[in-house]
Amino acid sequence: MKLVTAIVKPFKLDDVREALSDIGIHGMTVTEVKGFGRQKGHTELYRGAEYVVDFLPKVKIEIAVASEVLDQVIEAIRSAAHTGKIGDGKIFVSAVEQTIRIRTSESGKEAL
Amino acid sequence: MENNVYHLQYAMDTFYFLMCGALVMWMAAGFAMLEAGLVRTKNTAEILTKNVALYAISCIMYLIIGYDIMYGGSMFLNGLVVGDGYVDETLKAFAEQADFTGGSIYSGASDFFFQVVFVATAMSIVSGAVAERMKLWAFLLFAVFMTAFIYPMEGSWTWNGADVFGLYNLGDLGFSDFAGSGIVHMAGASAALAGVLLLGARKGKYGKNGEVKAIPGANLPLATLGTFILWMGWFGFNGGSVLKLGDIANANAVAMVFLNTNAAAAGGAVAALIVARILYGKADLTMLLNGALAGLVAITAEPSTPTPLLATLFGAAGGVLVVFSILTLDKMRIDDPVGAISVHGVVGFLGLMLVPLTNGDVSFSGQLIGAATIFGWVFGTSLVVWLVIKMIMGIRVSEEEEYEGVDLAECGLEAYPEFTNK
Repeated sequence: MKLVTAIVKPFKLDDVREALSDIGIHGMTVTEVKGFGRQKGHTELYRGAEYVVDFLPKVKIEIAVASEVLDQVIEAIRSAAHTGKIGDGKIFVSAVEQTIRIRTSESGKEAL
Repeated sequence: MENNVYHLQYAMDTFYFLMCGALVMWMAAGFAMLEAGLVRTKNTAEILTKNVALYAISCIMYLIIGYDIMYGGSMFLNGLVVGDGYVDETLKAFAEQADFTGGSIYSGASDFFFQVVFVATAMSIVSGAVAERMKLWAFLLFAVFMTAFIYPMEGSWTWNGADVFGLYNLGDLGFSDFAGSGIVHMAGASAALAGVLLLGARKGKYGKNGEVKAIPGANLPLATLGTFILWMGWFGFNGGSVLKLGDIANANAVAMVFLNTNAAAAGGAVAALIVARILYGKADLTMLLNGALAGLVAITAEPSTPTPLLATLFGAAGGVLVVFSILTLDKMRIDDPVGAISVHGVVGFLGLMLVPLTNGDVSFSGQLIGAATIFGWVFGTSLVVWLVIKMIMGIRVSEEEEYEGVDLAECGLEAYPEFTNK
């Protein structure tokens, strides 16, 4: 089991969600975050004083998936979130040690 | 002794005009809060900027030329500087009336003040409809033309009784619009419609198969506050349009107008709430707010002659109509983030057509011709102005700016800043 963490542009959330739904992934956790990679920030002006805001709004999507479908999931996210411009985001994959469904106490792949 | 009473009457009528004008000015805060509450956080600072700026622009342009076009008040209002002989002339005018029940007499400055806040109201209606995707400066440029010329022209044909390009006279044809359902509200909505048609919908609002996607407002408490502020300000809007307070008949009329205005708002609110509940099974706060405003717009063309119960029903009619209008506009893919065109345009027209039901001096044909004149003029000239602005500088922000939010693109700051380093 793997945990796929994707940081994408906020307006791409619906597209990514639809793409995942199309390949049978229906559960995910979404957080609003701010961050930057190579994308430059904005210079904002407040009452005559300039300040640089490096952190740009992004959305973090976390999905726990079975290892077998990992490549499909990555490709679905990547193509849905892609715009070609700097700031499209990144996908990280980490290993999941245990998964438990709270309602039924199932564990392992059945709980995904 | 009589002179003292005349002084008092003049002072009372002037005071009344000024206080009502101040109440209508307060409606600017209402619009600002309502619109700020119904747009997304990333577009809030820009819409607030629009609201404050358009109010200021309206005041200046109407001062410079609008009032002159509408009422023939002198250019730059030189005529407002009153000399010493003024008091004697005024007392003489009162004496000729021979009693207190004639036309009101009040300071010319108070007349201007009362009129200018109405201009700002009409202009403010446009800002909500074009929210979240229009260039700020394109909007402000349009405001200059709307308040200097477009609104004053149709105001002159209606409240000033001038012939429409010398062709016909709306007053003679039986047209009447007490406080401006048509002259102010439908006019503002007409300008808004012209802008929205040229602007296009917000990105992501309508799906490929005609689905309408919700874009929820960021701050419903502000939207609610804005609605209540507008409700209160409307007492000045309709109440002041009686134009006089200083005798028993007019005092009664003023009281009736306040009462009916309030009743209509209540009727509109309840009706819209019930319709939303029936259609969706939920009490939609935003429909409730729009319903109250629709009730207010519906009664604005004639708040003095209906009975209070009838006023409530008229308001309710507005409340029902506004819900269906909002849904219909979305089906037609006309994107109006705050429902301005529905509340002020569609219900403004309803308000005009309700007048003959309780006012025998007004005819349905007169109202129709008046509505057509106002809509035709304002929509037509607005379309031209929007088109010219579009060609010169464009009216829509870029796709990138729309996604980032116009707060950053136009104002360079955020309304709800989070994540600062300090």
